[in-house]
Amino acid sequence: MTLIRAENLTKKYDDGDTVVVALDRATLSLNSGEFIAVTGRSGSGKSTLFHQLGLIDTPTSGALAVLGTNVLSLTEKQKTAFRLKNIGYIFQDYALIPTLTAIENVALPLLMAGMPKAVAYAQARKTLDSVGLAGRAKHLPSQLSGGQQQRVSIARAVSHAPALILADEPTANLDHESSLSILGIFRKLTERGITVVMITHENEYAKMTDRVITLFDGTIESDTGK
Amino acid sequence: MTIYRDLRVAFFIALRDIVRGNRWASALTILLITLTFVNLVVVGGVLVGLIESSSLSNRVRYSSDVILSPLADKSYIEQSPSIIAAIDAMADVAQYSPRYAEPGKLTAGYKTTMDPKAIPDHANMVVTGLDPVREERLTGIGTKIVEGRFLKPGEFGAIVVGANLLRKYLPIDSPGIQTLDVKGVGEKVLLTVGGSKKELTIVGVLKSKVGELDQRAFMNAAELRPLIGRNDLNVDEIAVQARNEEAIPRIIATLTARGIGKFARIQRWDEAQPKFIQDIKDTFALLGNIIGSVGVVASSITIFIIVFVNAIVRRKQIGILKAIGVNSNAIELAYVVQSLFYATVGIGLGLAISFLAIKPYVDAHPINLPFSDGIIATTWQGTLARLLALLAATLLAGYIPAKLVVRKNTIDAILGR
Repeated sequence: MTLIRAENLTKKYDDGDTVVVALDRATLSLNSGEFIAVTGRSGSGKSTLFHQLGLIDTPTSGALAVLGTNVLSLTEKQKTAFRLKNIGYIFQDYALIPTLTAIENVALPLLMAGMPKAVAYAQARKTLDSVGLAGRAKHLPSQLSGGQQQRVSIARAVSHAPALILADEPTANLDHESSLSILGIFRKLTERGITVVMITHENEYAKMTDRVITLFDGTIESDTGK
Repeated sequence: MTIYRDLRVAFFIALRDIVRGNRWASALTILLITLTFVNLVVVGGVLVGLIESSSLSNRVRYSSDVILSPLADKSYIEQSPSIIAAIDAMADVAQYSPRYAEPGKLTAGYKTTMDPKAIPDHANMVVTGLDPVREERLTGIGTKIVEGRFLKPGEFGAIVVGANLLRKYLPIDSPGIQTLDVKGVGEKVLLTVGGSKKELTIVGVLKSKVGELDQRAFMNAAELRPLIGRNDLNVDEIAVQARNEEAIPRIIATLTARGIGKFARIQRWDEAQPKFIQDIKDTFALLGNIIGSVGVVASSITIFIIVFVNAIVRRKQIGILKAIGVNSNAIELAYVVQSLFYATVGIGLGLAISFLAIKPYVDAHPINLPFSDGIIATTWQGTLARLLALLAATLLAGYIPAKLVVRKNTIDAILGR
């Protein structure tokens, strides 16, 4: 089943007198349950593509449908609601809310979705357990290691059962062992039908995915899925 | 439902931010609101209190609750004995004091001047004849003697002078204001009143901070009466104290019903005070509000800056919240909830400091001002209005910067652009 369909997705920035084309007519389709790595050198357009797919930026031109919805026609508020329901974000620097404990960080999207507090906490605890952090539920981010924070970040991204997980270099700040653990979690998510799109610089980790999309100068240079 | 959900998330984020966030910033914000509220209540209260206290002293020390005075075309209250008898019989009356009050002149140094052409040291005033015991019970002016003592019952040849009649208490050299250059207690002065002259000894100096009293001189009624030829016992003032506040209109109604209004002007204590007192009170209240408003604006701007800097510093966090699906309303409300918390705690502390510490202290130890004993005058309506103004200003100061930061593009917020 096609989860995302992007056609001629283009993003241009004004940089003084010149126009920078960060993403140039990218066309791709991603299917449910796929584990996809997006690679490329710095400035190749990986993050730009990532931001367009995650609806936190708007392309200059092109078409984008997620789960059959033309997301480019949505208002900002509708996009936020769409993200809450369908997309989970994992950031390179974990991006946890520092004043919330691990379980509170994970429960936040569930509360935003309207879930009663007790139910949200129970689900958050279960999700934390699934990433091996049940014992650290009441710790603040500052009391957790980088690997643990990233796993909390994953738990937060998957707690509301989205169809798509977008992970921006999730292993960049982690040691090899922690990175493998994270990739293992992603693999399990894909087995449940969740699509995981991961930006990475590491060829070793890219090879562990189902499909590798390589970008160069804003264009899709290769896509092993084609 | 949506607003309930947004509020729930806003409280969830805000309360944890307050408890686990930067406590110094929170404490500073709360302190600022507390001081602003205290400033609002106390400055306004003191300004109004200056006049309020003066007005209150006038009531307590001079007019009491109801005062009877001569009709405009009369120089004294006719039928005084029967009016006094009627007042004495009224159950609502707690105390009263009939007084004679006649314009006169006090002269000093008349025995020591060597120049027969020299104008002697003199001061025009109103000499008041009273019953010292009755007056002391009603107004307690004996407690306001700053030098010497008050009159004794049946004491002749003695006079108590108001401080404003003596140069050492009112060192003003201005046309129209005459003061006596005497040492004070023990000095002989010559009283000229109603065509009679009498030498008296100053036994006390009264400083009540009630202008009406401090420009008078006081002696026993029995001694003054023959000097002004008032053998019919008609007096010039009758100050009446009611048993309680509710009794005041009843006393006035009874006196009026008995036709006493044909012989005397019957006034409630506040009606007897000059209109300019109320005008000054209103002016000072306005002045207090202006000063307080400047405080509210300054405080609002500071809170705005604190919240704005806080929101700017956290714009990446705001972007992340939006990215994970927390909508902008909930994020903005989280800042409003924080501001509401700061405002509530700050105003609560301000109320406690103002009404449990400063006001009771000033009430017990009034500010010693030249023309009144300064108190802090407050009303619950005024306090509520100030409270709501500060609350609204604080909420606005929290909401606007949050709105400015939250409305930024999500990706710009995350990337700190």
